[in-house]
Amino acid sequence: MTALSERAADEGALSTLRRGLRLTPEFRTGLAGTLALALASTAGRVVVPIAVQQTIDRGLGRPGGPDIGFIRAAVLLCALAVLLTAVCAYAMNVRLYRTSEAGLAGLRVRAFRHVHDLSMLTQSGERRGSLVSRVTGDVDQISQFMQAGGLMFIVSIGQLVVASVLMLVYSWQLALLVWAAFLPLAFALRRFQRIVSAAYTRVRERMGDLLAAVSESVVGAPVIRAYAAEERTGGRVDATVEAHRATQIRSQALVAMTFPTSELVAAFATAAVVVAGVLLGVGGHLSAGRLIAFLFLVTLFVSPMQTATEVLNEAQNAIAGWRRVLGVLDTVPDVADPGEDGVTLPRGPIEVRFESVGFAYPGGPPVLHEVNAEIAPRGRIAIVGQTGSGKTTFAKILTRLMDPTAGRVLVDGVPLGRVRFSSLRERIVMVPQDGFLFDASLADNIRYGRPGASDEDLAAALAELGLADWLDGLPRGLDTPVGQRGESLSAGERQLVALARAYIADPDLLVLDEATSAVDPATEVRIQRALDGVTRGRTAISIAHRLSTAEAADEVIVFEAGRIVQRGPHAELVARPGVYAGLHASWAAQRAL
Amino acid sequence: MPPASRRPVPHVLRDGFRVLRVAVRAEPRVFTISVAASAVYAAMTVTTAQVLGWVTQDVVLPAFRSGHTTAGALAGAAAAVTGVALLKALGVAGRRFYAGVMQYRLQARYRRAVTRQYLRLPLAWHHRHPTGQLLSNANADVEAVWAPIAPLPMAVGVVFMLLISAVSIMLTDLAVAGVGFLIFPAVALLNVAYQRRLAPVATRAQRLRAEVSEVAHESFEGGLVVKTLGREWAETERFEERALALRDANVAVGRIRGLFDPILEALPNLGVLAVLLIGSLRLEAGAMTAGDLVHVAYLFTLLAWPIRALGWVLAEVPRSVVGWERVRGVLDASGSLPFGDAALGEDKAAALEVRDVRFAYQDSESTGDGTGGNAGGGARTVLRDVSFTATPGRTVAVVGPTGSGKSTLTSLLVRLVDPADGSVLLDGVDLRDVRRGGVAATAALVPQQTFLFDDTVRGNVTMGLDVPDERVWEALRLAQADGFVAGLADGLDTRVGERGATLSGGQRQRLALARALVRRPRLLVLDDATSSVDPQVEARILHSLREAQSAGEGGGATVVVVAYRKATIALADEVVLLERGRVTGRGTHAELLRSSEGYRELVNAYERAEAEQETVQDRDGDAAEDESAGGIAGGEEAVA
Repeated sequence: MTALSERAADEGALSTLRRGLRLTPEFRTGLAGTLALALASTAGRVVVPIAVQQTIDRGLGRPGGPDIGFIRAAVLLCALAVLLTAVCAYAMNVRLYRTSEAGLAGLRVRAFRHVHDLSMLTQSGERRGSLVSRVTGDVDQISQFMQAGGLMFIVSIGQLVVASVLMLVYSWQLALLVWAAFLPLAFALRRFQRIVSAAYTRVRERMGDLLAAVSESVVGAPVIRAYAAEERTGGRVDATVEAHRATQIRSQALVAMTFPTSELVAAFATAAVVVAGVLLGVGGHLSAGRLIAFLFLVTLFVSPMQTATEVLNEAQNAIAGWRRVLGVLDTVPDVADPGEDGVTLPRGPIEVRFESVGFAYPGGPPVLHEVNAEIAPRGRIAIVGQTGSGKTTFAKILTRLMDPTAGRVLVDGVPLGRVRFSSLRERIVMVPQDGFLFDASLADNIRYGRPGASDEDLAAALAELGLADWLDGLPRGLDTPVGQRGESLSAGERQLVALARAYIADPDLLVLDEATSAVDPATEVRIQRALDGVTRGRTAISIAHRLSTAEAADEVIVFEAGRIVQRGPHAELVARPGVYAGLHASWAAQRAL
Repeated sequence: MPPASRRPVPHVLRDGFRVLRVAVRAEPRVFTISVAASAVYAAMTVTTAQVLGWVTQDVVLPAFRSGHTTAGALAGAAAAVTGVALLKALGVAGRRFYAGVMQYRLQARYRRAVTRQYLRLPLAWHHRHPTGQLLSNANADVEAVWAPIAPLPMAVGVVFMLLISAVSIMLTDLAVAGVGFLIFPAVALLNVAYQRRLAPVATRAQRLRAEVSEVAHESFEGGLVVKTLGREWAETERFEERALALRDANVAVGRIRGLFDPILEALPNLGVLAVLLIGSLRLEAGAMTAGDLVHVAYLFTLLAWPIRALGWVLAEVPRSVVGWERVRGVLDASGSLPFGDAALGEDKAAALEVRDVRFAYQDSESTGDGTGGNAGGGARTVLRDVSFTATPGRTVAVVGPTGSGKSTLTSLLVRLVDPADGSVLLDGVDLRDVRRGGVAATAALVPQQTFLFDDTVRGNVTMGLDVPDERVWEALRLAQADGFVAGLADGLDTRVGERGATLSGGQRQRLALARALVRRPRLLVLDDATSSVDPQVEARILHSLREAQSAGEGGGATVVVVAYRKATIALADEVVLLERGRVTGRGTHAELLRSSEGYRELVNAYERAEAEQETVQDRDGDAAEDESAGGIAGGEEAVA
């Protein structure tokens, strides 16, 4: 359940397309009209061969000299047809862009929302770049196909059909000849396309390596300099650049070889038409104008063949894009919002109960076993234990970032799974260890916790957390830009912002997952004390490996290997031999001099 | 917004030609081959029409008129048609292949150059440029610069094609040639107008596409925050706003395409029709033959498509010029870290002196919104008048509150950045006078934020340093990493994945520590380097470091350690207290405890909290009964 759905990957191309179209109703509005216009506009392409044939056979071929009046009429009529098809083409283009873009924007937004609805587990199972590309590049592939390749496909088919019909009308023998020349090419192109597309895949893979190597040289800049690894890193980048270039040139060679084949085949067809046409004409079965018109009609076969490889590639990419986007939409969130049917918790201190809760990552060993715990309203609880003992898993289940694989969690007596997300996220807020910040001002980042909070509210919140001095020390105060991911601030400062952001959201249960691990002790203690004050009346749960937090808590819950092994007030636990006493001893030893 | 659209068109074209000239100079041989191939293609395209005119006049029409033909005439016609096509196909293949070779070679060359420059430029430069911008300089911008190269040989061929076509139709009939002189310049000009109107709209769409991607990236990266604060709807609105803007921009592109494409297709067709009409009149007047008519009409059909190649090149020029400016911005960036030629000693621990150091971060500049636009911010001073020394073999702890400049100080000690004023000296030598590579060979920094390469454990520890595996294991042992590395499937040869993704935070930190230790540095700088490690493991690391130092292993390094914890501070012979970028206290731990209020507050925070806690708990116990009856107020009073 945690991986993205593979359903679309197993489907045939057609059923993927059908399902994609069903999920994007915008595409179907006026589709028939757009298709009709597309066909009308391709019909314009045979106007010139018809005009040539008519001019030669009926205008110039008239016994006793050219019939200029007829030619003038024919040419004007044809010109009118050309203009009319141009208008059709314009109308078709505008309709196509409008409906396809509307559909794709809707698809993008739905997929984006759905990614956020997926559980943390599903999200973290995917490379972040891959999730991003499902709402960007993959959708672009589809749009590219609809507006270029797919359109070209329809136009090409239309062009081939119209040209073939006209050929059959003029001379079925020559038509068969032309078809006989192009049919093998059509089959060969399928194979070409497969080879070319495999070559493009290799180019993309090498591009991925290249980007990874370049990004190491940028993101790892401090380490590279500190260890004088410039040459070594440069060598690695050069190798990936070269590998990428080699695959590019190989695929270019393939394309350069296949592209002119259709011109060659057209020349063979033309030569054959001339020879056979003259022989037919000598036998009195064909007019000169029709033969000349054939020379023009053969050119209509070239561009569909030339673009076929490209069209097929785009089609393949678009189908793959559809599959990846559908892969997101098909994935049923394993931690789902009960929505309208759910319970809205009344405001007030929260009581929590864990009943025989167990958790295992999919395919992994259990990381929590039979966890039973009650946390009283307004309780201030510290969770301690070694890395990997299950503390963070406990917090994630409590905040319903993940659902337990066994047992259940009750908040105020209501099963956690039945609480509406809107209520849950308002009442229970967790501050994760790595406080991610958005590329905006300090104020915007804190306000993220409570949209609409005024700058005074923000400053007041920071002051309540004991951070007024820190804020005063920033030259630009609340307007300080935090940079991408907050990287203009130090690691400790980022944690302060993340904490303020959660605090201003005013939850009834605050869960801190090592939320002050990079902050200096004095500030940490100050925050701790401030939190003690402001969280009176709320329930607060802190995970920390600095045990100062535990000393201050009402109760300590000690985890070891996925189980709660001890619980009780600090004073009681520290006096008893056990896991906590051991942890505390090494903590105390670190503090001692 | 983008500089290209603000600039007058002639400038863009002039700059565009300048970029193309760079390309031609860089790859003269490949360019010549591709243009020669393109010329063959151009000549053969014109010849094809001539051949068909000749076939019509001398083979087809006589046969139809007389009712018989000869095998020789037919064979000649077939041979001429296929022979010309064969040459044309060769021309097309050669043109396409070598145009690609040229484009890809240039891309590769500039990608290498840009990345080399990233590696060469000092960290201070990196601080001023966002990561995303640097990545796109090396990727999208380099691609944009050389995008016009692919259609360039074709465009040159087309110019040639138009010239010989003009001669060819003028030799055929001047009246008919007039149609061509009307239609084809019109097609060419219209195409230029088309690309010029399209370019800004397409650029806008491109920018919005990047914005959509940025929003998605940031939003998904902060997914946990979005979830924990229940802001999915707000994020979706933020994304939708960008997605709809992109939709509108794409529709605008479509409207321009939809208008111009059909006109460009219709014009040559109208030209053919005009040729038929005028040609018939000329034919009636006896000025041209039916074969001539077919020749010119066919030529117009053939020219309709290639003539648009001129537009393709022009379409790419604005993006190319902008890309070139960005790439040049990187390549021309000065401020390289200058090196002296002084050598540092090799065996014993180094003497460190920090003398009156001031340091400021420059506000970031982004080539995206031009230069100087909002550069009002200027510099942010982080360190002022910082001075201290560490005699060989001694350990100095740098202690200070969050955001006081400790990490910045560590990066000065190993010369990741240079101070704005003052100097950092090792063995009495200013770091700026040390020869290239000298500082890295002497001093090792373990930064707060661990960075691992997508390489093996060994590669990440040695970073190319030629040391036997025993030394690697020894360093891993000191860093308490030997245990988990031995447990990895391939031991030292295990690949750690992108940024070390397959390891836990604590494991990554221990590898980073081993990376420093394996070099047996004479100055070891630890910036809160064990924050993700369990207390017990941390205690063992500190213990083994202390042992290694007293045993004189690794030459007995001089150590600077950024720390909050007393056990770490205990390693130090001296403590430097840093507050708001200034040294506010120096001395032993005991001295500072006596003399500095700030220091006491910082390092004794936990004890004080603990002591207070005990009294609070005592009172809490008394208040417990009140609380159950009286509610929250009692509790609040207890802390107040």
